[in-house]
Amino acid sequence: MAEEEVKVFRTWSSPFPLRVIWALKLKGVEFDTVYEDLSNKSPLLLQYNPVHKKVPVLLHNGKPICESLVILEYVDERWKQFPLLPQDPHERAKARFWAKFGDDKVLQTMRMDVLLKQGKEQEEAIVSTIENLKYLEEELKGKKFFGGETIGLVDIALGWLAYHFNVVEEIIGVKLIEQQKFPLLVAWMQEFSNIPTIQDSWPPRDKLFDRYASFRKAALGEHTPK
Amino acid sequence: MAEADEQLTLLDWHPSPFTTRVRIALAEKGLNYESRQEDLSNKSSLLLEMNPVNKQIPVLIHNGRPICESMVIVQYIDEVWNHKSPLLPSDPYQRAHARFWADYIDKKVFPIGRLMWASKGEVKAASKKDLIECFKILEGELGDKPYFGGESFGYVDLSLIPFYSFFYTFETLGNLSIVEECPKIVDWAHRCLQKESVSKTLCDQRKFYEVLLELSRGGPEPKWSSVGSIDLTPLNS
Repeated sequence: MAEEEVKVFRTWSSPFPLRVIWALKLKGVEFDTVYEDLSNKSPLLLQYNPVHKKVPVLLHNGKPICESLVILEYVDERWKQFPLLPQDPHERAKARFWAKFGDDKVLQTMRMDVLLKQGKEQEEAIVSTIENLKYLEEELKGKKFFGGETIGLVDIALGWLAYHFNVVEEIIGVKLIEQQKFPLLVAWMQEFSNIPTIQDSWPPRDKLFDRYASFRKAALGEHTPK
Repeated sequence: MAEADEQLTLLDWHPSPFTTRVRIALAEKGLNYESRQEDLSNKSSLLLEMNPVNKQIPVLIHNGRPICESMVIVQYIDEVWNHKSPLLPSDPYQRAHARFWADYIDKKVFPIGRLMWASKGEVKAASKKDLIECFKILEGELGDKPYFGGESFGYVDLSLIPFYSFFYTFETLGNLSIVEECPKIVDWAHRCLQKESVSKTLCDQRKFYEVLLELSRGGPEPKWSSVGSIDLTPLNS
């Protein structure tokens, strides 16, 4: 096989490029990493992702692929070892559904409304997040991972729940994923985090805490109640 | 391969661009199915059973098993009935490219369009600008190709064309002319409409406008809080 050039454009903190890193590592694909400073985007990033100007971008033999879930499917199609999606079309559809659900409903609400709002708006976002977590808890019934016996696309898409989510909980001072209410989700978080590839990739927690805390402070302005 | 005894039911609502995508895909593959029109102010127990998480149409039920989310359904149809009219290309890079643009359309066209028609003043003006910008970006992606998919109608074309039904609404409530701003998109849409799978499926532009007006006349408590993710609560500018 000819040498393949694989590069991932990422930031140190964002959970989206982390998905791509995990997928490539799990598949044993060699790649280079380019760290971006999103306050000062490189000309290459703007060239490879002119539409969204975001990370992650996967560059494969000079061709860019953007949007983390799109990249995951590409990676899964190009490198067949450690498959992320099942073979059966109905199971694949379910996996795609849950990955989308995770992003559209859970992640979006956490990073925008739970982290960046307060008062009634935040309360409502918390209620809605708990409702959505219940669906995920239900989906884990009888399974070790969302992907079954081994991790798959959905586990990777939801991976941020096992790390970044708790940082937000700590900042707002509210625990949403409680052991009693979400025993399966808590077990999944531990199993997922125990995977060496995952464990080795987490960003430094204290830096992440500071970063998210500063987002919250900026969003709420100077008159932030504690 | 489709067999005579395969059961396909689509939980449907004709004006929805999301169900339209699925209907086009089913037509492209020449599949017979039962369409059940939902009353979204009074969702059927079947819909709630088949899509308990989002409680939205479209839902495709294939031999008793539900598939939800329009482009997830379209990919499912493409994978199961892969012997004719492929919607996604076979090359992984081309596939990623198609998925990227369908995702772009999902993130932009509908949310921005809806914001524009439901808002006033500055918000409306800003979203009108964003919508035109979005169509111009799509024009750039289309380039000189007859379809987004290249020589033939494909995944991206299918994801966008149902929004053609919204053009009269955009123009009337947004005070803009799409043919003036984005003539290539209009040309492309007319090309797609030459396909029976599209022309027989798309909601008429005027009809869509009337449906929207009727929904928004629901009074202080609109009858339907969400219509295949259309939220017609008017926004204050």
